[in-house]
Amino acid sequence: MDLKSQIRAFITKNFYVPDGATIADEASLLDQGVIDSTGVLEVIGFLEDNFHLKIEDTEMLPENLDSIDRLTAFVERKRGPSPLPE
Amino acid sequence: MRSAVPQLQDYLTVSAERLPEKVALVCGARRVSYRELEESSNALAWGLAARGVARGDRVIIFADNTVETVVAFWAALKANAVAVLVNPLTKADRLGYLLADCRPTALITDGHLEGVWKKVAQAPHLKVLVVSGRVNPVLRAGISTLVAFDELITEGVSRPAPPSLNIDIDLASIVYTSGSTGDPKGVMLTHCNMLTAATSISSYLGILEDDVILNTLPLAFDYGLYQMIMAFRQGARLILERSFTYLAEVLKVASAERITGLPGVPTIFAILAEMKSLGSFDLSSVRFVTNTAAALSLKHIDFLKRAFPGARIYSMYGLTECKRCTYLPPEDIERKPTSVGIAIPNTEVWVVDDQGNRVAPGVVGQLVVRGATVMKGYWKKPEATAKKLKPGLLPGEQVLWTGDYCKMDEEGYVYFVGRMDDIIKSRGEKVAPKEVENILVSLPGIREAAVIGVSDDLLGEAVKAFVVLEAGAQLTAKEIQNYCQSKLENFKVPKVIEFMAELPKTDTGKVKKTGLQ
Repeated sequence: MDLKSQIRAFITKNFYVPDGATIADEASLLDQGVIDSTGVLEVIGFLEDNFHLKIEDTEMLPENLDSIDRLTAFVERKRGPSPLPE
Repeated sequence: MRSAVPQLQDYLTVSAERLPEKVALVCGARRVSYRELEESSNALAWGLAARGVARGDRVIIFADNTVETVVAFWAALKANAVAVLVNPLTKADRLGYLLADCRPTALITDGHLEGVWKKVAQAPHLKVLVVSGRVNPVLRAGISTLVAFDELITEGVSRPAPPSLNIDIDLASIVYTSGSTGDPKGVMLTHCNMLTAATSISSYLGILEDDVILNTLPLAFDYGLYQMIMAFRQGARLILERSFTYLAEVLKVASAERITGLPGVPTIFAILAEMKSLGSFDLSSVRFVTNTAAALSLKHIDFLKRAFPGARIYSMYGLTECKRCTYLPPEDIERKPTSVGIAIPNTEVWVVDDQGNRVAPGVVGQLVVRGATVMKGYWKKPEATAKKLKPGLLPGEQVLWTGDYCKMDEEGYVYFVGRMDDIIKSRGEKVAPKEVENILVSLPGIREAAVIGVSDDLLGEAVKAFVVLEAGAQLTAKEIQNYCQSKLENFKVPKVIEFMAELPKTDTGKVKKTGLQ
């Protein structure tokens, strides 16, 4: 499964997505009520455990975390370029 | 400040006269002056009145912490209506209940919440539906009462507000609060209630014109609402954030804006205490930190003293029904750290036994509050009101029986002992076990459920559900939580679910919660 799909799967499996509709890649997770101040800690935990990353407090910004697209880009930046195709 | 300020919206008007170009509100990238807030709220008030919102009508404002929500609150007051702020996490069924309960003639909301409000938008008593942000054109075509927020502002530009018809004993707001039965109760607050509360709290906090107050709490929560009311009363500045979710962002803004006031609940302070990089944010400008909604532990107090060494720390206690009862003067936090303090200015408190007799110092009883911040009652709930409001000292006067167990020491300092009801406080928010149980048993596959609060370091109390499934039903904890999330605000969703073959019962067949943990 590619990176974005893994992240999407985690979000939709662990949080409630309104109307059962699929959440758009660029939709704000905060706006959609998917994420909140304790939920974001679960997301950080998932990213750290699943992708073997260390996420700093200072990186808990909407630019990095507030949509599936942004989460994907954030992980890619943290991991660095991958030599193998996804 | 003018001496006679009979209504709440005069706070904004007077500050706008004195400091028109001062930035009153910072919200994301937007910086809004007092003049703009005054003019927008006048325009919106004019627009609401032109569409039939009359004196005493309720106006539900169902939206996040945004500039539009701020404008809407003051506009509702200027339209001589009653502002009813509703948490944006509220789901459709609950929103429907609130609409049926207070029958508003206006609903002001945002496009991104359409999934929730579209189901109730055609309520017959609604004369106008004001929507900010992106409006779905299909919905717009289908709902004749729908008008875009910006359009109303443009239409009403440079119009004065409607003539003021209320006096200070008229209702300014209804604040809904959870009740043990599971249905929320609308706390009725007059202009006089709210003016009294704002004056009292501002005075003991020492709010000044150059204060910069950060608010991350929902405006629908009276604690969050009053950050705005007190800021505008003084001509100070409010930094309005949606939530505490993106910590680093909030702290960046707080530092850049040089905030002087930091209101929080224990969960926020617990999250801050866990933050390893907190020291990298310059928050030396903070002059006061406040806490209410749940107890400030010794660990929290210690953390706050270290993180904000120059700041005054206020541990406070109150109820929506009277806004606030007590505060601990900062100079007393060393010698009485577990107290919630003394009565706020212009309020009296005492402790009674079951018969209403005042008890001696040190004896636990129910706390009673006397003063002009005490609510007028619950909207259309006379029985529930009668349990809380009882005759006071003077004819016609009513005092508030809080429903909380407290004791007072010899010096009149109050100590909170516990609630008389079974309401859970998670993240500082009230959760009625009955409300969660009702939702749980509405899920096909769940036969019975019992909900309790369990101690949690971060949340204060976590919501725990014991669930008995129907024979043959297969549900995972996650599926149950997702279902709850679709019906309830997120802080009400059980954090822990334990499956049981059956629930412990009393001889009469009622669920016995005492053994559960």
